Amino acid sequence: MNWLTLNWPQVIELTRDHLLLSAPAIVLSVLLAVPIGRLAHRRPRLGGAVLGAAGLLYAIPALPLLIIIPVLFGIPLRSPATMIIALTVYGLALLVRTAADAFGSVDPRVREAAVAVGHSPLGVFWRVDLPLAVPVLLAGVRVVAVSTVSLVTIGALIGVPSLGTLLTDGFQRGIPAEVATGVIATMALALLFDALLIAAGRALTPWTAKRRERLLPRAETT
Amino acid sequence: MNLFLDALAWLADPAHWTGPGGVPTRVLQHLAITFAAVTAAAVLAFPAGVLIGHTRKGAGLVGAIAGAARAIPTLGLLTLLGLALGIGLGAPLLALIVLAVPSVLAGAYAGVQNVDPEVTGAARAIGMSPRQVVFQVEIPLAAPVIIGGLRAAVLQVVATATLAAYTADFGLGRYLFSGLKSRDYAEMLAGALLVAALALLLELLLAAAQRIAAQRITAPAEDTAEDTADLPEIPREKERV
Amino acid sequence: MRFGSLYRLTVTVLPMSGEVAVIEFESVSKTYPGHAAAVAEFSLVVPSHRSVVLVGSSGSGKSTLLRTVNRMVEPTSGRVLIDGEDVRERDPVALRRSIGYVLQHGGLLPHRSVLDNIATVPVLNGIAKREARTAASELLERVGLDPKLGRRYPGQLSGGQQQRVGVARALAADPEILLMDEPFGAVDPIMRRDLQEELLRLQAELHKTILFVTHDVDEAFLLGDEVVVLREGGVIAQRGTPAEILGAPADDFVRDFVGADRAERELSIMDIDGRAVAVDGSGRPVGVLAP
Ligand SMILES: Nc1ncnc2c1ncn2[C@@H]1O[C@H](COP(=O)(O)OP(=O)(O)OP(=O)(O)O)[C@@H](O)[C@H]1O
Ligand SMILES: [Mg+2]
Repeated sequence: MNWLTLNWPQVIELTRDHLLLSAPAIVLSVLLAVPIGRLAHRRPRLGGAVLGAAGLLYAIPALPLLIIIPVLFGIPLRSPATMIIALTVYGLALLVRTAADAFGSVDPRVREAAVAVGHSPLGVFWRVDLPLAVPVLLAGVRVVAVSTVSLVTIGALIGVPSLGTLLTDGFQRGIPAEVATGVIATMALALLFDALLIAAGRALTPWTAKRRERLLPRAETT
Repeated sequence: MNLFLDALAWLADPAHWTGPGGVPTRVLQHLAITFAAVTAAAVLAFPAGVLIGHTRKGAGLVGAIAGAARAIPTLGLLTLLGLALGIGLGAPLLALIVLAVPSVLAGAYAGVQNVDPEVTGAARAIGMSPRQVVFQVEIPLAAPVIIGGLRAAVLQVVATATLAAYTADFGLGRYLFSGLKSRDYAEMLAGALLVAALALLLELLLAAAQRIAAQRITAPAEDTAEDTADLPEIPREKERV
Repeated sequence: MRFGSLYRLTVTVLPMSGEVAVIEFESVSKTYPGHAAAVAEFSLVVPSHRSVVLVGSSGSGKSTLLRTVNRMVEPTSGRVLIDGEDVRERDPVALRRSIGYVLQHGGLLPHRSVLDNIATVPVLNGIAKREARTAASELLERVGLDPKLGRRYPGQLSGGQQQRVGVARALAADPEILLMDEPFGAVDPIMRRDLQEELLRLQAELHKTILFVTHDVDEAFLLGDEVVVLREGGVIAQRGTPAEILGAPADDFVRDFVGADRAERELSIMDIDGRAVAVDGSGRPVGVLAP
C-alpha cells in the first residue's frame, strides 16, 4: 500500500499505456476476424486451411513472436507497433475460429427468409448474419480481450512500457508490492473490459433478453 | 531480412551446438521442464477432473479455476513466485504447474462429462462396477478430449517455459534474454525461432495423437474424415506467453 | 397374421421343470424427487421361464419398473424379489451380471468391437478373453448375424444389427432372466418384425424368464405369454393373456389402448369352400382356422 501511495501517478500512466496497446489490438482482431471467419464459413475448404493456419499461428509462443515480428515488418523492436501487431496476430488466431462458428450458428432458414423478402447479399450480412452471430462472436471477443490485456505485460520484457513494467521492475528491485500492484491492476483492467463487453452484448442483442429472464428463475430452482 | 540471415548464421555456428549453453542442452532443458510441469499438473488435476466429470459435482469449481487462471498475467505469477522463492528453478516450475493445471483439469472433466450417459448407464446395467465404468468406459471414451487438454497444457507450458530463463539459467529462453541484454539480435532471433519451431513441432505431434485417439474410438477404418468433428473443444484461451 | 401368432405362442411355451427364475414385485412404488409418483403400489409375479410384457403409453413407468429388477432404480417403497430373495440383499454389480439387459438404443460400448461388446460380462466374470470371444462369435450366429461382423465397431452396424448384438450381449453370460426395454423401438417396422420373430425363435429354444417393455400393443400381443397394460403412474389396468385382454378388455381405457374396436381387430369367420377363413373388419383375410 505504501508503495502505491508514493507511485500512483506512474501506475496511472502505465495503465494508460496498457490500454493504448490492448484496445487497438482487440479492435483490430475483431475487424479482421469477422470477414475472414465469414469467408471460412462460406468456403469450407478454404476455411479449413485458414483455420488450420490460425491454429498453428496460435501455437507460436508470444515472446519469440515479439522478436520475430520487427524483423518481418521492418520496425523497431521496442515499439508499440510491435506489440500491437503481435497481439492482433494472437487475437486473430483465436477469433477466426469463433467467427466461423458464429456464422455457422445462424439458422440458414432465417437467412433464406431474409433473401426471400428481398434483402441484398450485403443487406443479409449486415441485417441478419452479423447481428445473429453476435452472441457467439461476443463470447470469443471476451476471451480475446482478457487474454490480450494479460499478454500486454510480456511487452515489458522487450522494453515496451505497460502495467507489465511493474512486474519486471518490481521483480528486479525486489518490491513485492509493486509486482502485486501490477498483477491486480492488470486483472482489474481485464475485468473492466469483460464487463464492458457484456454490457455491449446486452445492448447489441436485445432480443436475447427475454430468454435470459426466463432461464434465470429456472436455474435457481434446480 | 538481413537479421534472419544473421540468425541462421548463428544457428549454423557449430560453437553454439556444444557445451552447457549449447542448443541441444537448452532444448533438452526446455523439454525437461515442460515435461516435469505437465506431468506434475496431470498427477494433480487428472484424477480430480475425472472425478468431477464422473460425479458431475463440482463443475463450478472447474469454471472458477479456469476463469481465475485466465485473468492472472503469467509474467505476474512468475515474478511473484520468483520473489517468494528466489532465483532458481522453483519459481518457474511452480508457475508452469499452476498454468498447466486448468487445461488438464478441463480436459479430463469435459471429456468424462461428455460421455453419453446412455452408454455409461448401459455399462452399469450390464454389471460394471463404478470403478470399471470409469476405467473401461469413461476414460477410454474421453481419451481424445483428455489428450486435447494435455495438448493445450503442453503448448501453454512450452511457451511459458521461455520465461523460466527470466528467473533461472534454464531452457531456450536464455538465448532471448541474453540476446536482449547484449542487444545481440541474431542470438535473440535464433532463440525465438528455436522456441517457435519446438512449439509447432509439439503442436503437430499432439494434434496427430489426438486424431489417432479419436479414430480408435469411432474406429471406422474406412471413414476418418469426421473423427474429431464432434469432440468438445478444450478452450485454449489462456494468454500464450 | 396376428391371429396366427396368438395361436403359435400358446403352443411354443413349454412347461419347464427344475430351475426357477421368478420375479415378484411387491407393492413397488417409486417417486422421483420433485415429480409425481412414477409407479405406485405395483404388484406382479413374472412366472418362471415365461415372457411378460409391460405395455403402456410414454411415461407410464414401464422403464422404472423394469429397472427396479436389476437395481438401476431403487424403489421408494415395496420390494422386488427374485426366487424369493429381495434384490436389495444382493450386490448390485453381481445382480446385474446375472441378468441380461437389452436397451432401446442397444447401449453398446462404442469403443469396443462387436465381439468384445458381447464378451463384456463373461470377461468381467473372469472368463479368458479368447474363450469369451469364441463364445461371442457363436452367439452372433445365434442371433442371426454373420460372425464376420464381430470385428466391426457398433457404429459400423445398422440399427437392427446393433439390436441383435444387444440381445447377444444380454445372452452372453447365460442368464435365466432377460430384461428388455423397448429393444426394438428404434428400428424400422420391417426390421422390427424380423427381430420379433428372431426373439420368438430364441425364446422357443432358451426359455428365459423375460420381462419386456414396449408401448406397441401389437408387439406386446405377439411376444407376451402374458401382457400387463399400464396406465399413468404404473397402475395396472389389466393383465392377462393376449387373448383374454383382446377378448374382454377390462374397461374403456384398455379397450381404447389395445384398439379392440379397431376394424382390423374384429375378425369374423367366413366359410369358403368348406374351410373356415378368418377375415378382419374390412374384409381382408388374415388366416385359416385349423380344422
Ligand atoms: N431419473 C428420473 N428422474 C426424474 N423423473 C424420472 C426419471 N426417470 C423417469 N422419470 C419420470 O417417471 C415417469 C415414468 O418414467 P419411465 O421412464 O418409467 O416411463 P416409461 O413408461 O418407460 O416411458 P417411455 O415409454 O417414454 O420410455 C415419467 O413421468 C418420467 O418423467
Ligand atoms: Mg421407457
